Amino acid sequence: MKKFSVKTIVAIGIGAALFFVLGRFVAIPSPVPNTSISVQYGLLAFLAVVYGPVAGALVGLIGHTLIDFSYGWGVWWSWVIASGVFGLLMGIAAKTLKMEEGELGKKGLIKFNISQLVCHLICWLAVAPVLDVYMMGEPWDKLIAQGLMAAVANAVTTAIVGSLLCIAYAATKTKAGSLTKE
Amino acid sequence: MTNLFNYIDRPSPIHRLTGACKLVCLILWTLAAMTSFYTPLLVAMTVAAVLLFRIARLKLKDISVTLGIMCVYIVMNNILIFLFSPMHGTNIYGTKTVLFHIAGPYSVTAEQLFYHLNVILKNACTIPIVLLFVCTTNPSEFAASLNRIGISYRISYAVALALRYIPDIQREYRDISLAQQARGTEMSKKANLIHRLKAASAILIPLILSSMERIETISNAMELRGFGKEKKRTWYSGRPFSKLDLACMLSCAVLMLLSLTLTYLNGGRYFNPFQ
Repeated sequence: MKKFSVKTIVAIGIGAALFFVLGRFVAIPSPVPNTSISVQYGLLAFLAVVYGPVAGALVGLIGHTLIDFSYGWGVWWSWVIASGVFGLLMGIAAKTLKMEEGELGKKGLIKFNISQLVCHLICWLAVAPVLDVYMMGEPWDKLIAQGLMAAVANAVTTAIVGSLLCIAYAATKTKAGSLTKE
Repeated sequence: MTNLFNYIDRPSPIHRLTGACKLVCLILWTLAAMTSFYTPLLVAMTVAAVLLFRIARLKLKDISVTLGIMCVYIVMNNILIFLFSPMHGTNIYGTKTVLFHIAGPYSVTAEQLFYHLNVILKNACTIPIVLLFVCTTNPSEFAASLNRIGISYRISYAVALALRYIPDIQREYRDISLAQQARGTEMSKKANLIHRLKAASAILIPLILSSMERIETISNAMELRGFGKEKKRTWYSGRPFSKLDLACMLSCAVLMLLSLTLTYLNGGRYFNPFQ
């Protein structure tokens, strides 16, 4: 296995802590039971873009597990794994975004949002329900309804929170080739 | 606020088990509960879980809030399952014994009720164990346990960092939130949803950008101290396994095997009393 850099490890730790705090204290209840509109997926998408797929996957896994532990309602591995997969996919999808060089623009934002939408659909309509059907034996229709609700809510919050974060972060980075010779 | 994970310090045999042992048991137990639909086993596991609770000397009032949330969750989940698939039980067990008819496609069948019983049992035998783990394991021992069960110490350290910085980030979140509210950001129910999401972003951006700075500082400090240079590291709260630890892990492994064997002998995942 490839060795992680120290920075990635710290990013995973702090990222998971942020994911936890947002998921635990900023959750907005939604109309469908057992799901809430959670802003933490915007953060997860953003961290995956900046620190790469491995960091994204581990932030999702660790953060979600800690949230489940802290509520004490049992750990729902299917949804925990789906969170991890979202971070992983987002990190892979975002390889083409050049955030570190401060280039984002409209094109970058559109790319970011399309990839986050696709990743959310994969995670909540494929990964989580399939695992739930296999592990808990719950009916497919109900899981798809829950998954659809989660996918839509998460995609909306990611579109708002994630995009804003990307813009703010890209603005703090110096653009490549921004120095001019006098 | 300070006790996010509900750790309750009390002398009991379960508190004395090492964190790594409890983690292994938790994983095996939840896997056994997830794979099995063998009703007698689920009943036995639920009873055992309640007994373990007694042994850990946890009181009902320690966990009454979580238990309340849990009951609401289970009820909602079952209502949802019934609303979407009232005939799921019939599909699984292959017979149809209508008890009474409600309306339209909704009639209550014995098979459906039995399926619901299984779903409830599956929750009822997992949740107490997770609660037990959370209440009896010191969070600072958790990272050491992860390393002990074979997860790379770098990842375990990331977990330790997360646990260490949750209170700090929480405090920072509260500070920024108060500052933004003082500037007129509306976060309460008075604002509509989109508005509230935007208000949340006004807090998140400073919070996350300052956390990114924190990442730089911490990783520099760790690098200066030579983190990641060696193949292994020691943990302040790590403990060696005792005989009781080994016995517990062994019995959970047996439980896991039992669950798989019963499913295999049953010739299918579902224990079927209707045939």
